[in-house]
Amino acid sequence: MNIVVCVKHVPDATADRRFDPADSTVDRAGVDGLLSELDEYAVEEALKLTDDGEGEVTALTVGPERAGDAVRKALQMGAHKGVHVVDDGIHGSDSVATSLVLAAALEKLEFDLVLCGMASTDGVMGVVPAMLAERLGVPQVTYAAQLSVEANQVTVRRDSDTAAETVVASTPAVVSVTDQINEPRYPSFKGIMAAKKKPFDAWSLSDLGVDPSQVGLNASWTAVISYDARPPRSAGTVVVDAGDGGLKLAEFLATQKFV
Amino acid sequence: MSEILVLVDHADGRVRKTTTELLTLARRLGEPSAVHIGAGADEALETLTSYGAEKVYVLDSPDLDAYLVVPKVEALTQLMQSATPAAVLIPSTPEGKEIAGRLAIRTGSGLITDAVDVRPGDQGPETTQSVFAGSYTVDARVTTGTPIVTVKPNAVTPEQAPGAGTVERVDVAVSEAARAAQVTDRQPRTRSGRPELTEASIVVSGGRGTGGDFAAVEAFADSLGAAVGASRAAVDSGWYPHAFQVGQTGKTVSPQLYVAVGISGAIQHRAGMQTSKMIVAINKDEESPIFDLADFGVVGDLHKILPQATEEVTRRKG
Repeated sequence: MNIVVCVKHVPDATADRRFDPADSTVDRAGVDGLLSELDEYAVEEALKLTDDGEGEVTALTVGPERAGDAVRKALQMGAHKGVHVVDDGIHGSDSVATSLVLAAALEKLEFDLVLCGMASTDGVMGVVPAMLAERLGVPQVTYAAQLSVEANQVTVRRDSDTAAETVVASTPAVVSVTDQINEPRYPSFKGIMAAKKKPFDAWSLSDLGVDPSQVGLNASWTAVISYDARPPRSAGTVVVDAGDGGLKLAEFLATQKFV
Repeated sequence: MSEILVLVDHADGRVRKTTTELLTLARRLGEPSAVHIGAGADEALETLTSYGAEKVYVLDSPDLDAYLVVPKVEALTQLMQSATPAAVLIPSTPEGKEIAGRLAIRTGSGLITDAVDVRPGDQGPETTQSVFAGSYTVDARVTTGTPIVTVKPNAVTPEQAPGAGTVERVDVAVSEAARAAQVTDRQPRTRSGRPELTEASIVVSGGRGTGGDFAAVEAFADSLGAAVGASRAAVDSGWYPHAFQVGQTGKTVSPQLYVAVGISGAIQHRAGMQTSKMIVAINKDEESPIFDLADFGVVGDLHKILPQATEEVTRRKG
């Protein structure tokens, strides 16, 4: 079984994330980045499905030079090969354009299963898995909390707000997973060394036959008008409980008309 | 005026509050047309009309429940072609965003997700989003196709303004492609009787500091008529179901009042609650970062503070 895991390199949420004032895109160069945490669950699930030696896991990313680090982390965890679609023309792509590039790469790779995290930790849109399924014309099963694959069929348990559902779909399919599905492994020292020798291809837009006029900032179907840093919240009153902390809390809520 | 399509979010025969919010926003942009997909349209009609729906498109088929989002995408695509709306507003739920994503590709339309405001602009609707864990706001617009915008709960206070509520039934056919992923089993969740987490005007969340006992958190929430949430640490410890997790990998809430109980306030949690109007924290560690955000904080043992606060709130409410 060939599994392709789509991974994203994102600015570290604990760093000072910001926009590039030149074009209002996310600053991906001046802020430390890493593999989006939610994608680690997708990598782990792919590795679990192939731990018995059957099948191959490819980590695929789209992004600037540094985005290759997200693929490297997946290779260190155990993915068999990596693909990085890197092209200056991709800069500033929105979700629609990004899904176009990913879908073109997936078609070139061939797959039985595409695994994604439920959302990225920077944009947090959570729409790319659905867009990929739409573009590739394959079934989509998102927010998997459990996944099993047997004979050309995936079975997924997903927990929505109103129900726990079991969903089946035929492969090839796109499945996104939640952080409930597994506990991602840490790369071992051996894994880190082995990763350096694994196949890792860089593809350009022309390698994929994607028309550069279809992607990038100017081809995006949305535009940022302006952005503003929100003033940080200021700390208010803090009292130490001296036996009447609960009363003081209730009093505060009453003055704010919540009681 | 142009039609604005509003996808109705409903469950168990009840129109969710987010739908009335979307209708209120849609009235700023044009004439709201509610799109009700699935069973329960007759019961929903009164609410949809009272919040301004001029038209109500009703699409129902016993087949719909067995499949995921694709039949809804097909129905909305068909409506976008026939009604040529000026914008499509969809609730920012996981399902809503997936519908929106597919609809954007299928109709060649730009997509903005998780808007906290939508208003008319010179070049079509303008949106505001809260990004990077609430540390930035971004104003944006769609430049191509019909603007598709998913809107977060509590973006606006719903206001009634009766519309004509003209019902138009639309035939729905579930295509072969839409049948590719099938729901084979559905176990409804037991309802807590509390408000929906993302819709609630007050949320009380418990974290590691509860030690696993949520009884005091739940009792305090109930005294305030609040929803109950949980931090990732509490959910990962198996103390509370994942559906109630607030934070980067769970739900984002923006209530009038957020009470963080025994939660330190790591960035992952702040991402899910930082845009709350007012924040109250209870934690035994006065150095907890949560106190940097709190409008009011109490340092101490939550197991002593919460019962006392619960009793006092109940007494004041008489």
